[in-house]
Amino acid sequence: MTHDASNATTNAASSNLVELHDVHYSVGGRAIFKGMTLSIPRGKITAIMGPSGTGKTTLLKLVTGQIHAAKGQVLVDGKNVSTLNHQQLYAMRQRMGMLFQNGALLTDISVYENVAFPVREHTRLPEALIRQLVLTKLQTVGLRGAHQLMPWELSGGMARRVALARAMVRDPELLLYDEPFAGLDPISMGVVLRLIRKMNEALGITSIVVSHDVEEIAQIADLSYIIADGQVVAAGTPKALKDDKSELVRQFMNGLPDGPVAFHYPAGDYHLELMS
Amino acid sequence: MLREIIQGLSQIVANIGAIALFFVRVVMQVPRALMRPGLIVYQIHNAGALSLVIIMTCGLFVGMVLGLQGYDLLSRFGSESALGSGAALALLKELGPVITALLFAGRAGTALASEIGLMKATDQLVAMDIMAVDPFRRVVAPRFIGGVIAVPLLTMIFIAIGIFGVQLVGVQQLGVEQGTFWSQMRGSVELHDVWEGVIKGCVFGVACSLIAVYEGYTAAPTAEGVGRATTRTVVTSAVLTLILDYMITAIML
Repeated sequence: MTHDASNATTNAASSNLVELHDVHYSVGGRAIFKGMTLSIPRGKITAIMGPSGTGKTTLLKLVTGQIHAAKGQVLVDGKNVSTLNHQQLYAMRQRMGMLFQNGALLTDISVYENVAFPVREHTRLPEALIRQLVLTKLQTVGLRGAHQLMPWELSGGMARRVALARAMVRDPELLLYDEPFAGLDPISMGVVLRLIRKMNEALGITSIVVSHDVEEIAQIADLSYIIADGQVVAAGTPKALKDDKSELVRQFMNGLPDGPVAFHYPAGDYHLELMS
Repeated sequence: MLREIIQGLSQIVANIGAIALFFVRVVMQVPRALMRPGLIVYQIHNAGALSLVIIMTCGLFVGMVLGLQGYDLLSRFGSESALGSGAALALLKELGPVITALLFAGRAGTALASEIGLMKATDQLVAMDIMAVDPFRRVVAPRFIGGVIAVPLLTMIFIAIGIFGVQLVGVQQLGVEQGTFWSQMRGSVELHDVWEGVIKGCVFGVACSLIAVYEGYTAAPTAEGVGRATTRTVVTSAVLTLILDYMITAIML
C-alpha cells in the first residue's frame, strides 16, 4: 500500500465512527443480517429505518456490544467490538449514550437521581457540580421542575425525555436513539427533534437514530439507511431517498400497504381459516 | 421414559453448574461491592431490618410452642427442669437457623428475586450495562452481601426471642423454677453448640441469598417469568436449606 493510499484509508476510518462490514447475525435460525455493511459518519445524524422486524434495534445491540455478530466486523472508532474484553467494552460504552424505547429508568430512584446515576457511578465530582449538570440537562428536556418525581409518576413521553437527559448527561461521543419519537406528543417530538439537532451541531455528537417516523427523521438526518431482508436496500440523504424510484423505498417512504414488503405475516388462506 | 429421566438429570446438573458459575461471578464482584458500604448497609436494612418483625414474632411463638411441648414431654419423665437446656439446644442447633432461613427465603428472598427480575424485565439491568455500570457489581453483589450478613444476625435474634418464649411459657406460665431453668441451660449449652448455630446461619445466608439473586437475574423478562422466579426462590431455598442442614449436622456432630 502506498503512503497516500494508507493515509486515505486512515482518513476514511477516522471519518466514520461506526462501521459494519459484512455482518451476519441470526436468532433462532432466522437470519436477521445477511452481510450488512454500513458506515456511520462521525459528527453526523444517521437514521436507520426499515419495516418492523428487520433488525434495527439488533443493530444498536451490535454497536453497543450487547450481542456479537456471527460473521463480519462491527467497528466503533476503529475497534472491533466483538474482540474487546469486559474492561475495554465498558471504556467504550462510557463514551456512548443510549435512549431506550421504554426509557429504562431506574424505578427506585427519583428523576434527579436517574440523571445523576451515570455521573455518580463514573466520577467523584462534588455534589454541587453534579446538581448543576443534572439540572442543566433536565432544563434542556423541559423537566427541571419534575426532578423530584419518581419514574412511576411520569407519562411515557416524560420518561423518555428523562432518559434522554440521562443519556446525554456525560456528553457522550455517540448517542444511540431507539425509536425516540414513539408515543411523544407533537410538542415533545418537536423538542426532541431540535435537541438531537442542537447536540449534534453544538457538541459534534454522532447520532444513530432508529425510527419509523419518516417525516420527522427527514428533518434532521444527514444520512439515512433503509434496511430490509438483512441488508441495506437504500442509503442517502433523506431527500435522495424520497426521490428514490425503487419500489421498496417508495413503499416504505410513502407508507404504502402493497409492495415488496408484505404487510401480513405469512399465513394460510384467510377464508379457509375462517371457515374451518 | 428413560430418555426423560436422563434429560431431567442433565438439566439438574446444568442448573447446578450454572448456579456455581453465577456464585463465582458474584464472589469476584464482592471486593468491589464492599467499596460501596452505603449500598451494602441499604441492602442489610432491606433484607434484615425489614424482616425483623416476622422473625421476632415467629421466634416468640416457636419458643412458646417449644415450651409447651417440651414441658409436656419432659413432665412425663419428671424432668421439667431440663426444659431450658433442651429448648436452648433445639433452638441453637436446629430450629433457629432453619426456620430463620425459611422465613428469610419467604420474605426477603422473594423480594430480592422479584426486584431483580423486574429490573431485568424493564430493561433497567441492560440500561446499567450500557452505561458501563456492571449490574453484577451494582445490583447483584450488594444484595447478596446484604443477605449473607442479615441471615446470621436474624438467626441469633430468632434464637434469643425463642428462648425468651420458652421461658415465658415454661417458667412464667407452667411453673418451672427460674434458677433451675437458666442454670440447666448454662450447664448444658457449650460454645460448640453456639458455633453450630452461627455456622448454619452463615451457610444458609449464603445459600438463600445466592438462590434469590440467581433466580431474579436469570428470570424470563415477563410477568410470568418473574412470578416463576419468585416461586422457585422459595422452593429451592427451602429444599437446599434442609439438605445443607443435614450435611452440616452430620459433619459437626
